[in-house]
Amino acid sequence: MNHSVMNTARLFGAGLRALLMLTLVAGVAYPLVVTGIAQGLFHDKANGSEITANGKVVGSSLIGQSYDLPLKKGERTPRPDLRWFQGRPANGLGGNSVNTQYKLLLSGATNLSADSEVLLKRVQDAKAAVIRDNSVPGYTVKPSQVPPDAVTSSGSGLDPDISPRYAEIQVHRVAARNGLSVARVAKLVKDKTEGRVAGFLGEPRVNVLELNIALKDLMAKS
Amino acid sequence: MGPVLAGVAQLLALMAALALVYVPLGTYMARVYSSDRHWRVERWIYKGIGANPDAEMRWAAYLRGVLAFSAAGVLFLYLLQRLQGSLPGSLGFSSIEPAQAFNTAASFVTNTNWQSYSGEQAMGHVVQTSGLAVQNFVSAAVGMAVAVALVRGFARSRTGELGNFWADLVRGTVRVLVPVAAVAAVVLVACGALQNFSGIHEVGQFMGGSQAWNGGAVASQEAIKELGTNGGGYFNANSAHPFENPTPFTNLFEIFLILVIPLSLTRTFGVMVGSVKQGYAILATMVTIWAGFTALMMWTEFAHHGPALQAAGGAMEGKEARFGVGASSIFAVSTTLTSTGAVDSFHSSFTGLGGGITMLGMMLGEIAPGGVGSGLYGMLIMAIIAVFIAGLMVGRTPEYLGKKIGSREIKLAACYILITPALVLVFTSASLALPTPPHSMLNSGAHGFSEVLYAFTSASNNNGSAFAGLNANTDWFNTTTGLAMLLGRFLPMIFVLALAGSLAGQRPVPATAGTLRTEKPLFSGLLVGAILIVTGLTYFPALALGPLAEGLA
Repeated sequence: MNHSVMNTARLFGAGLRALLMLTLVAGVAYPLVVTGIAQGLFHDKANGSEITANGKVVGSSLIGQSYDLPLKKGERTPRPDLRWFQGRPANGLGGNSVNTQYKLLLSGATNLSADSEVLLKRVQDAKAAVIRDNSVPGYTVKPSQVPPDAVTSSGSGLDPDISPRYAEIQVHRVAARNGLSVARVAKLVKDKTEGRVAGFLGEPRVNVLELNIALKDLMAKS
Repeated sequence: MGPVLAGVAQLLALMAALALVYVPLGTYMARVYSSDRHWRVERWIYKGIGANPDAEMRWAAYLRGVLAFSAAGVLFLYLLQRLQGSLPGSLGFSSIEPAQAFNTAASFVTNTNWQSYSGEQAMGHVVQTSGLAVQNFVSAAVGMAVAVALVRGFARSRTGELGNFWADLVRGTVRVLVPVAAVAAVVLVACGALQNFSGIHEVGQFMGGSQAWNGGAVASQEAIKELGTNGGGYFNANSAHPFENPTPFTNLFEIFLILVIPLSLTRTFGVMVGSVKQGYAILATMVTIWAGFTALMMWTEFAHHGPALQAAGGAMEGKEARFGVGASSIFAVSTTLTSTGAVDSFHSSFTGLGGGITMLGMMLGEIAPGGVGSGLYGMLIMAIIAVFIAGLMVGRTPEYLGKKIGSREIKLAACYILITPALVLVFTSASLALPTPPHSMLNSGAHGFSEVLYAFTSASNNNGSAFAGLNANTDWFNTTTGLAMLLGRFLPMIFVLALAGSLAGQRPVPATAGTLRTEKPLFSGLLVGAILIVTGLTYFPALALGPLAEGLA
């Protein structure tokens, strides 16, 4: 009995030593080497792909933002600032509930199911809002024109992109609100549209932050 | 090019890339596990352990090594989380509560990476990099070691010796996982994945104000998370988060990393048993199931049935715009048919049938192609079952790779395939029968049932993905899923190693005209059939209550 306890302890000790040795390799050397290479060769990307406009950091090209009006008294949710292109809904995005000395973005999806009443209502409301917001005199958005990404939340809640179709139906509204010609704004969207990577990877998309920065530049020029 | 065609093109490109590395990587791994030379760094590690890497172990000794190393892993990771509040380099994050710390420790040591926490708000640099990421490597290396031990059981005769666990563990880590992961991590950073040790990062926003996120060694963890079929995300949104998976290219690259070792190990198996054709037969079985599931998934996701998805005009809920439906479908199938469990889109919001496909993928037992190592040994167990069924049909004692499948072997294989279904069904029923656990469900009805069934399927099969609406951070779910993960990982390993010992002790049976040709397409077909029938019979009633009820409503 005593003998087998000793043996077990000895074996467990070997396991622990193996873990510590491999921690040195995979938990210390490996991340440090990769970080060294990353910081040396891809400094900006390794630190969050920040975008600067007019000398100020305005976010990361990879992380979606909201383009809302400031909250008014009595409002629970802010209304979108319709001068700017809008991103996808982000109903799964939250704030941190632990370590609250920080105010962190908590990525996430809604996880609502395809047959969920809640999700159905959200999609219908979002679709109505997209049609209402983007229809301007002389241009009416039809329900069939609203692409799925405009009315659904992404997996991360931080999706930086929208589909070119969603950007296109926002063109008339953005032009009208900013006193720009539809043709110029449409050209902006076209310029900022990225096709599939190598022609077949993923889906075509428009980065909303980059599009809004370009829009701001355009307004500054005109 | 339409989205469907682009999805198919991505699938074909992925298969071409996997085919390209199959022979070199598979052959290299066979050399790694057969070589009698030690690298210098490996000698240092053996010295540190105090182990002789050349000493042969019988199955029981090999198993003791696996269990001792894994027990040390659970204890170390548990303590690391419990002490986080006092550790430097932890961003000032507080310690993890006991039930959750146990769950997470069990989860990462068993290669499951089920997460009842949200990475970006709970885990600091030290726990992520020196705790969680290390288990991403070594739990994968343990799986490979056990698979190699089983392969040696087939390859060797009239000996009970299966190799040395410490040598297999260290070589898998040092010669296979670390070098490939390092290259992959740099590729990910080049595309935009984070890799730094800075603190909480606060950046300005376009409309004013600022947003804050938790930086860290993301790319280095992402690489091994996929390569080791682990799946535990640095961030809550896992591979849907743009800092983990920034572009459509990284998305396909990550799927490639998930599949590359499990598939190439069939080559390693073929080389080590002296017939690469035997490896091809196993590979064909894996690829048939994987490709079939992917086609089904694309079909149901592009068709987007379900009221909310119909109203939206497409199945984009829980999916990222840069990936779209096609690439998300490939990822979802690959992550659930291996024991990865990383997600680039949220399975709970898939169509009813799509969610069912992810669940059925796990229920197959993670064998097509399965987790690193665990996929190969799981598939070889199924091959034994298939050979046995074929033997029953013609009334002769079945053989596989020159070894007799007698009553001892078939008992061990049968125990193996009974463990996970028992865990899944017992824990799911218990959770639904008790008064409080159902409060954790987000959705109601059939989908709520699916959330619980998915949780225990994922935990017991060491997958780790979730129908994430379920609030799993309760004492009940932390404890039961933790137990399901440990039992679902180590009980099968006991039977695999016992089987390996029994096979290695046999003398080989020469092949005769009556021997089933297990390297032929006919056998692959039989194997696919055996897998689908065994799984179907086991889980059909449970699936009918959940995803089938939802999908056919």
